[in-house]
Amino acid sequence: MTDAFIYDAARTPRGKGRSDGSLHEVTSLALSARLLNAVKDRNGLEGNAVEDVIWGNVTQVKEQGGCLARSAVLASDLDERIPGLSINRFCASGMEAVNLAANQVKAGAGSGYIAGGVEMMSRVPMGSDGAAIAVDPTVAMNQYFVPQGISADIIATEYGFTREEADKLAVESQNRAARAWQEGRFARSIVPVKDQNGLTILDHDEYMRPGTTMEDLAKLKPAFKDMGEVMPGFDKVAMLKYPHLDRIEHIHHAGNSSGIVDGAAAMLIGNEEFGKAHGLKPRARIRATAKIGTDPTIMLTGPVPVTEKILADSGMSIGDIDLFEVNEAFAAVVLRFMQAFQVDPGKVNVNGGAMALGHPLGATGAIIIGTLLDELERQDKTVGLATLCIASGMGAATIIERV
Amino acid sequence: MTDFIMKKDADGVAVITWDVPGKSMNVLSLEGAAELDALIDDALSDEAVKGIVITSGKKDFAAGMDLNVIAQMKGGGAQQVFDGIMTLHHALRKIERAGMDPKTLKGGKPVAAALPGTALGIGLELPLATHRIFAADNPKAKIGLPEIMVGIFPGGGGTIRLSRKLGAMAAAPYLLEGKLSDPKKAKAAGLIDEVVADPVAAAREWVLNAKDADLVKPWDQKGYKMPGGEPYHPAGFMTFVGASAMVNGRTMGVYPAAKALLSAVYEGAQVPFDTALRIEARWFTNVLMNPSSTAMIRSLFINKEALEKGANRPEAPDRSVKKVGILGAGMMGAGIAYVSAMAGIQVVLIDAKQEAADKGKTYSEGLLDKAISRKKSTEEKKAEVLGRITATTDYAALEGCDLIVEAVFEDPAIKAEVTKRAEAVIPQDAIFATNTSTLPISDLAKASARPEQFIGIHFFSPVDKMMLVEIIKGQQTSPRAVAKALDFVRQIRKTPIVVNDARFFYANRCIIPYINEGIRLVAEGVSPVLVENAAKMMGMPLGPLQLVDETSIDLGVKIAKATRTAMGDAYPDGNVDEVLFWMADQGRLGRKSNAGFYAYGDDGKRQGLWDGLAARYPQSDDQPDLTTVQHRLMFVQTLEAVRAFEQGVLEDIREGDVGAILGWGFAPWTGGPFAWLDMLGAARAVEICDRLSAEHGERFAAPQMLRDMAESGQSFYDRFGAGKKAA
Repeated sequence: MTDAFIYDAARTPRGKGRSDGSLHEVTSLALSARLLNAVKDRNGLEGNAVEDVIWGNVTQVKEQGGCLARSAVLASDLDERIPGLSINRFCASGMEAVNLAANQVKAGAGSGYIAGGVEMMSRVPMGSDGAAIAVDPTVAMNQYFVPQGISADIIATEYGFTREEADKLAVESQNRAARAWQEGRFARSIVPVKDQNGLTILDHDEYMRPGTTMEDLAKLKPAFKDMGEVMPGFDKVAMLKYPHLDRIEHIHHAGNSSGIVDGAAAMLIGNEEFGKAHGLKPRARIRATAKIGTDPTIMLTGPVPVTEKILADSGMSIGDIDLFEVNEAFAAVVLRFMQAFQVDPGKVNVNGGAMALGHPLGATGAIIIGTLLDELERQDKTVGLATLCIASGMGAATIIERV
Repeated sequence: MTDFIMKKDADGVAVITWDVPGKSMNVLSLEGAAELDALIDDALSDEAVKGIVITSGKKDFAAGMDLNVIAQMKGGGAQQVFDGIMTLHHALRKIERAGMDPKTLKGGKPVAAALPGTALGIGLELPLATHRIFAADNPKAKIGLPEIMVGIFPGGGGTIRLSRKLGAMAAAPYLLEGKLSDPKKAKAAGLIDEVVADPVAAAREWVLNAKDADLVKPWDQKGYKMPGGEPYHPAGFMTFVGASAMVNGRTMGVYPAAKALLSAVYEGAQVPFDTALRIEARWFTNVLMNPSSTAMIRSLFINKEALEKGANRPEAPDRSVKKVGILGAGMMGAGIAYVSAMAGIQVVLIDAKQEAADKGKTYSEGLLDKAISRKKSTEEKKAEVLGRITATTDYAALEGCDLIVEAVFEDPAIKAEVTKRAEAVIPQDAIFATNTSTLPISDLAKASARPEQFIGIHFFSPVDKMMLVEIIKGQQTSPRAVAKALDFVRQIRKTPIVVNDARFFYANRCIIPYINEGIRLVAEGVSPVLVENAAKMMGMPLGPLQLVDETSIDLGVKIAKATRTAMGDAYPDGNVDEVLFWMADQGRLGRKSNAGFYAYGDDGKRQGLWDGLAARYPQSDDQPDLTTVQHRLMFVQTLEAVRAFEQGVLEDIREGDVGAILGWGFAPWTGGPFAWLDMLGAARAVEICDRLSAEHGERFAAPQMLRDMAESGQSFYDRFGAGKKAA
């Protein structure tokens, strides 16, 4: 079978996902189009150069609705003969875009793709597209729906993670992200966001809080305790699903959960001929991809079974992986991953993660593959695995191998 | 026979009066609905009629749909049920549209409802379809939609109309909890429009003056928005997210009607009104076709009422109690005195010390004061009720009592003594009842000079709240005594079951094994959290450990010791006692000592399960699955019920089912233990018993009766449905 290679990885800095965030003034369309232009320019893509633009995006309403991918192609300098596909697999949308592109390349359906995603969380609020799983009783009640924060707290309760462990991981994420910026480790990927006049709007990740201490985090109140214990009482729903639990430990808060931010990411994926045709050197091979459905109530445990699956599918073992990116949706998700595979914490999220830098839903999957690749190159290691937990109980993973 | 009569007057008002012959309360039958529809057609097409008033010829408006009809409807299958509901929807929708032009919304005839009193179920759904609801200022009247209490939900448009009228959040207590309100509160909540002295007069006045715009419901107007937001409106979204969670949490996910109701509201909120009614009909059909609703209606309505009306009462003239003597003014005696006095019966409350007798009477005073503070009673009523209770130490005061209820300590010697003392005074034909939960009636009857007039009446605690009364026939108890006891229970408005004399009678015979099984699981190393949740997730109101905390652990110890003495080597519960006795030794006697299987705060509030339990009974690494725990907890009760029936202690499965739900809260969604076995099917039940008995002991062995039924493919209700005896 044909190999699929990563030729480029680019991302915007992440802006605070609030009305006072730096990127709040930028439309989802403009952010997408300008990043597509950067990929085009960085790689000299002229004409009908790629088969498709696959764009992950979760909240597909209003300006992110109506197949934003196609609008972004048309708003960019890309050729109009390049179509666009908006896809949604919640938090793994950006990864799914990359995987879909890679697998089509491997199958011979097109030689090159741009794949990535965008989420302007300050402009199109999370959840504003509705969700049957949360409100339609035929699924919400029968599947014991609880919000993600409750799910993360269930993981902590079930697998015995304390508030202190979660906070420690959050502090570590902040420290690593700060070091990464100090040392310019994101330099290759970052494409500053500029306005229509070429003036810079944002050139750094602005959500992070370097120097955050355990004491700072200790002041934060658990974010999901009230909705769990009082109104509307999701803990009771959780206990229907997990009758061995006496209570849910609410350990998560804003500091040890992923940040709400604006941002976009894109990768250029293609086969060997694609690289030759455009004079590009492949950076890594996409060795394997996987996705899996898991228990929707605890919801966020997907990284463990999907990692088991991707390793089994590709005939690898956990020891074959040099570095990991496990999306920091909530501290407990990463703690559970490290606990399950007993991996060295030094190999996981080397440059921090979403707790420090933020999690622009539709883009994160592509961002972490790019971050993984940059770090493999920096450390001169070979194989990396990226994985994310996904709403409604799913998991996705990608294994890349430098070439 | 007609249920509805229409009179048109000179002013052009057609007054339709609902007055079902031969019933004290109106209920709607299919024939009645067709009659009403024909009258509405007549009035709408009659040029002379300007407006329509619908009222009742009785003191109340209506009690609801005839549940017997609902129970029968499903015989025709889903299509027939659905068609029947849609016919009702069309009739009510016709009233709501009242002949108006659907485009201009003009030209309709005003229709008002005039409610003299209580309006429940379809008795409120019909008024909700009219244009204005007038209720009499009658604080005793109850207005609401109680369908959810018998396992269905408002299926005559009430779910859609109320949720659109009030919004999902405000409608929730009425739809999901079956909340009933008096007219004033119903008006405040938006259920009805006006509370007046003369609702018919006010309704007539209104229909004669109503304008076109007064007849148009909000949901028939352009731009209608659901109060609080529909499910995909930002505020509505949060409401609906919370609704699923709250209903799940409160019902432990076991009531299909609650889920279906919520689905009807959710789906109905997103489509035009007429489509929403069709959605409601589909979910209502779905619930009606669910065996749980059949079983709940049968036990909680049809059979409960049949038992209350004397289904098992021996033929005898009315034996209503005029004066009752209550021996022992403790917790039980005081409670029995209260419910008797409330029922208008003269009460002599006797205790050994005047102080104790007075304290028993004070109990009634406390309950009445509480009722007054909640505006449920008045000072006059309190004085009247307390005036009926004579608290004394003097047995001579028992003269003229036609019933004695003895409620002294569970000690045969003391009971024998008071029996003799009372019988020396009371009339020759008086009936003597003993309130005991454990002692055999036939033994206690030995102290009586008139054992054929001696009977057991087992009240549950607290007497004023618990609806079940277990009447126990001793070997010599006469039908006359049974009739007397049943008439007494009817007077105090409780539900009776009549059983024969055997250890623990019926209710306790089943409750004790349930508690014991819970404790046994703990002794085996099963997580107590799992035990409690497993029970609650089967619909038991309390887990076995919480239940024993409430009833008290030392009582458990006492019963265990007595049972062990009685049974000797055959006693099967040694490993249970190990735990129970140890708990008692630790001074953990349950809620009353603020320490039991649960931990309690200083305020007496129950906290989590006591963690000291795990130190003594470590949890095994290999926990059983949920279903196994649930089967053990359910079968241990259910099989005891079957044995009680097989042995003739229980004579009627209807009593077995109704008694189980009212007596100890046996998973109401099942309709009771016999109904639950029917739902499972005897063959499957035997299969489970065989597995459980192989793994966990003989107490799970399938009774022969169940095996026979598995063999023949019969169900309990096929074979023993309408009171047919086991023998």
